[in-house]
Amino acid sequence: MLIDKKHIGMKVPQHSVHLTAWQLKWFAKATGETNPIYFDEEAAKKAGLPGVLAPPTFFFCMDMDKEHPFDYLETMGCDLGKMLHGEQSFVYHKPVYAGDTLTFDGEITDIYDKKNGALQFVVKDVKVRRQGELVCDVHSVMVIRA
Amino acid sequence: MTTANYDALKVGDEIPSLTTEPVSRLTLALYATGSGDHHPLHLDQDYVRSKGIPDVFAHGMLGMAYLGRMLTQWVPQEAIRSFGVRFTAITQIGERMVCTGKVVEKLEQGGEKCVRLELTCANEQGEAKHKADAVVALA
Repeated sequence: MLIDKKHIGMKVPQHSVHLTAWQLKWFAKATGETNPIYFDEEAAKKAGLPGVLAPPTFFFCMDMDKEHPFDYLETMGCDLGKMLHGEQSFVYHKPVYAGDTLTFDGEITDIYDKKNGALQFVVKDVKVRRQGELVCDVHSVMVIRA
Repeated sequence: MTTANYDALKVGDEIPSLTTEPVSRLTLALYATGSGDHHPLHLDQDYVRSKGIPDVFAHGMLGMAYLGRMLTQWVPQEAIRSFGVRFTAITQIGERMVCTGKVVEKLEQGGEKCVRLELTCANEQGEAKHKADAVVALA
């Protein structure tokens, strides 16, 4: 069944994330990071940073940091077991650090299909802000297999 | 060749590559912890078999994180203006990821000298898993 395109324009409820050095330390360990500005507060301070630096793809993790990160797909009737990540991109405006609190405002900006509906695509665009200032644009395309 | 300097770089120049350890079930468990993505497709073999998939497979964003590490080993993160990836194939347990990148364009964007990079995350056999691009501002 094709996803109803009436969901284009649907707003994803805002959530906020308080970024911690603890979380970044685990992300660094998972990704094999060796530069200590990504996991060690002392090293980050010595490098002149206000805190441990969030790496480039961590905005996606924070966007997912909510009880039901794919609730928008469930609202559309999608089976999350048939979901694949199709595309992901970021436009960076300001770096963010442990200690920052960020807000995430998302919107469904497109829904389309290929191969006669065998693959459906749901596009979400999110504005990430720190104290009202735009720090990153997050663009995600999820694929739902038939 | 690979110095991150606008004038010195030419279209076609490669940036220093990054090769990872083989992706293991532990890697995926750690990535689930670090990223907060606990989707059972990456962790629970019983679940994936019930969906007709033979085994758990890597988070796409793990490969993108490796590409990000390659970028930030080459330039300070603050220089990255944009970074995007298309996930073209699934990464299986046991595969080592090989990240490479090359300059495909020199451009001015927002008053800054930038290079556009084409990036690939592949296995050791050369099968591309993710195709990516990034725009990096350089002095």
